[in-house]
Amino acid sequence: MTMKVGSRQVDGVTIVDCSGRITLGEGSVILRDTVRDLLSKGNKKIVLNLADVNYIDSSGIGELVSAFTTTKNQGGELKLLNLTKKVNDLLQITKLYTVFDVKDDEPSAVKSFK
Amino acid sequence: MAMTEQRVSYTLDSSLETIDNAEEKATRFATELGFGDDEIMQISMAVREGAVNAVLHGNAYAPDKKVILAFERTGSELVITIRDQGKGMDLSKIPNPLAPENLLKTSGRGIFLMRSFMDVVEIRPSSTGTELKLIKHVHGPTAGGKEASQ
Repeated sequence: MTMKVGSRQVDGVTIVDCSGRITLGEGSVILRDTVRDLLSKGNKKIVLNLADVNYIDSSGIGELVSAFTTTKNQGGELKLLNLTKKVNDLLQITKLYTVFDVKDDEPSAVKSFK
Repeated sequence: MAMTEQRVSYTLDSSLETIDNAEEKATRFATELGFGDDEIMQISMAVREGAVNAVLHGNAYAPDKKVILAFERTGSELVITIRDQGKGMDLSKIPNPLAPENLLKTSGRGIFLMRSFMDVVEIRPSSTGTELKLIKHVHGPTAGGKEASQ
């Protein structure tokens, strides 16, 4: 299953609902293009909802890091929401759990932006 | 495809499709050997990362270079070999992805993940390519649906 994304606005925060696989190739490119497009339009409060992301490889992890740093470098914030166990485990193993702001529910993710 | 009773090997192109293909083959092989869901995920992801290295960093997508992928069930181990025809990687140039200064790098986690998921990871670079060997211990008598030969 390839990756699909859809974005929506909640109280000034852009929620990006991701589903499928974030892997080398199409999945990573879709995520990169989506975040860059949001930033170019001035949407700098971004939440990646990964509830339906069932697989991510090292390239996908790299793409999450890239999205995080790109957003931060443009004065924005990018947070992760609803990690599956597999993705959560990967972020723990790679110590990226300490880097990302990870949320378990959408209302608290939205409220956490200043 | 060449096959013996407990060994299967494939010669694959240096393409993105090969990476998905290698992962699917690993999933199927590990499933047939009776590994649990978590171990199947670990094995398939390790193979995917190995295939990424072979296609991207080893063969650099060169159409005339191949990736040789082999699965072998020995008595107590699943042995997976991935060989490319590139220039050979310099292991000393692979940084520790857990070091604070490397945490925000966008690449360099593939070998780390393989080592996290497999029992043994051996990398043998040479001027004619890199050979990667991934080993997972087979647990329980049901793995493979048949007893290991003693």
